[in-house]
Amino acid sequence: MMLAKLLFYFFALLAVGSAVLMVTRRNIVHAAVFLVTTLLATAGIFLQLEAEFLFVVQLLVYAGGIMVLFVFVIMLVNLDIEMRAVRFNKQWTVAGALAFVLAMQVLTALWVGRKTFHLPAAPAALAERNTETVADALFSHFVLAFEVASILLLVAMIGAVVMGKRRAE
Amino acid sequence: MRTLLIPVLCAVVIVALLPLIAGYIVLVERKVMAHMQARLGPMRVGPHGLLQPIADALKLMLKEDVIPTNADRLIFWFAPVASVAAALVAYSAMPIGPAFQIADLNVGLLFIVAVSSLGIYGVVLGGWASNSHYSLLGAMRSAAQLVSYEVAAGLALVSVLLLAGSLSMKEIVQAQLDQGVWFVFYVPFGFFIYLVASIAETNRAPFDLPEADSEIVAGYMTEYSGFRWALYFLAEYANVIVVAGVATTLFFGGWLRPLTRYHDHFPGTHVELLDVVPAFAMIALALYCFRLAPRQPLRVQKRVMAAAGVKCVLFAGILFAALFGSDAVREGVHGAFWFLAKVGAYIYCFMWFRFTFPRYRFDQLMRLSWQFLIPLGLVNVIGVAVAIVLRERWDWNPFFSLVPTTIVTLGFAAWLTADKLELSGTDEDIAAESAAVLPGSGE
Repeated sequence: MMLAKLLFYFFALLAVGSAVLMVTRRNIVHAAVFLVTTLLATAGIFLQLEAEFLFVVQLLVYAGGIMVLFVFVIMLVNLDIEMRAVRFNKQWTVAGALAFVLAMQVLTALWVGRKTFHLPAAPAALAERNTETVADALFSHFVLAFEVASILLLVAMIGAVVMGKRRAE
Repeated sequence: MRTLLIPVLCAVVIVALLPLIAGYIVLVERKVMAHMQARLGPMRVGPHGLLQPIADALKLMLKEDVIPTNADRLIFWFAPVASVAAALVAYSAMPIGPAFQIADLNVGLLFIVAVSSLGIYGVVLGGWASNSHYSLLGAMRSAAQLVSYEVAAGLALVSVLLLAGSLSMKEIVQAQLDQGVWFVFYVPFGFFIYLVASIAETNRAPFDLPEADSEIVAGYMTEYSGFRWALYFLAEYANVIVVAGVATTLFFGGWLRPLTRYHDHFPGTHVELLDVVPAFAMIALALYCFRLAPRQPLRVQKRVMAAAGVKCVLFAGILFAALFGSDAVREGVHGAFWFLAKVGAYIYCFMWFRFTFPRYRFDQLMRLSWQFLIPLGLVNVIGVAVAIVLRERWDWNPFFSLVPTTIVTLGFAAWLTADKLELSGTDEDIAAESAAVLPGSGE
C-alpha cells in the first residue's frame, strides 16, 4: 500500500511538474519533451489504476503517435526566430483573474465532495480481462458513439488523402 | 516482497546481459559480412576475433565524449539514454521461455509495440539537439519512416491477434500450442509484411536511410562519439532483438519446440526423443571449438578457444540435466533455448538481407509502405477474419479456409505491383517527393 502511494505521488508530481514546465519553456522542443513526460506520467497513473488497456493506448496513441508528429513538425520550424520573439499582447491581469476563479471553483468542488473521495476497489475481473471489458463496453453500450468517431476519423483520413493528391496533379 | 523478487532478478539479468549480447551480435554481423564478401573479418583480438566486442566496448568507454558547441546540451545528453531505456523496457513483457518473463501483461504485445515506438524520441531529439544538418535530416527521415511502417507492422500483428484471440504474449504461444501449428503457416503474408516493416522500424539496411553513410554521413548519430554513440548502437541492437522476439512469439511458436505434437519417449524413461537435440547441438559446437583450439597460432588464443568449448559443454550439461528435472524446469530451460535459437535465426536473416539488398531511395521506401504493404495488410486482415468466421460458424478446416485468403492476398499483391507500385517513378515525382528529405535540395 505504501509503495502504491509513493508511486502515485511520484507520477502525479511528475505529471503536474512537467505540465508546468511545458507551459513555461520558451524553447518549443523542450516544451514538447515535457509534454511527452506529462503524457507518460499520466500513463503511469492509468497503469496503477489497473487500466492496462488505457495505459497502453495512452503510450501508443498520444506519446508514440501524436507527439512524434508534433516533434516532426516542430523540427521544421525555425526556432531562433520564435525564441527571440517578444509577446506584444501581455494579458497577465485577465489571465491571473481567470486562473484564480478557476482555482477557487476546483477547490470548492473538492471541498464539497470531500466525503466521496474513498472509491470502492475495482473488481478483480476488470484487471484480469481489461481489454475484453473495454471492448465489450465499446461495442455494446457505446457502439453509436464508437461508430460516429470512426466515421469522423475516416472522413479526416479521406480529406488528408485528397489534399495530399491535389499537389501532385 | 516475494512477488517482486523474481521479476526484479529477471530484469537485472536482462539489463546486465544485453550489452554483452548486443556486442556479440555486432561481432557475428561483422564475421558474417566478411565471409559473404570473401574476407576474414576481425581476427586479432582473441581467436577469430572472439574478444573483439569487449575491446570495442572498452575503447568506446574511454573515448572522449564530444559535445558540439551549439548543441542543446541537455537534450543532447538525454537523447541516447531515452533510446536505450525505451528498448530495454520493451523486454519486460517478452516471454523468454515459459518461466522467464518479467511481467505477463494482459496487453503484452501492445505494450511492446508502444514502448519500442517511444525509442524514436531518442533518435529525433538527438538529431535535433546536435544542431547539424546531417543529424536533423537523419532524424526527420527516421521519424517519417517509423510512423509509416508502424501502420504496416500493426496490420500484420492484427492478423495474428485474430487467430490467437489474445494480446498476452504467453497466451499467443499457448494458442499456437493448442491449435498445433505455428501461425506463420496460417498467415504467411502477415509474416512477410511484419518482416519488411520490422527491418524498416529498426533502421537496418536496406532501409537504413536515417544513417545512410553515403548521403548524410551517419544521420542522427553524426555528432555523437564515445559512450553516447555506443548507447545508440546498443539501442539499435536491442530493438533488433525485440522485433525478432515479437516475430518469434507471434509467428514461430515462441518457446515451443519444432514438432510439438511428437511425443515418443526413450524406452523406460520419460525423456522425449526430440528433447535431446539441443544438448547434442551444444556438444557438437563444443567439439568444433576443441578441434579449432590446437590450431590457433598463440597460446592465449588456444586457451580462449578451449574456454569457449568448455562453456558449450556447460550449456549442454544444463540442457541435459534439465531433462531429468521437474516439468517446469525442463520447459523453462528448453523453452529458453528454442526461443533464443529462433531469435538468433531471425537476426541472421536480418544480416543476410543487409548484405544482399542495396539501399532504397526515400520515395521508394515511402511508396513501399503506403502503396503496397498497408493495402496488402488490410486485405490480409479481412481475409483472415473471414476465414475465422468460416471456421467458427461452419467448422471449416482452418487450413482450407486460410489458403484462399493467402491466394487472394497474393493476387492483390500481384495487382498492386503490376499497376500501382512503380518503384522507379518519373524524375519529377522523385524531385517532388524527396525535396524535403534529401540534403541540398529545396533550400
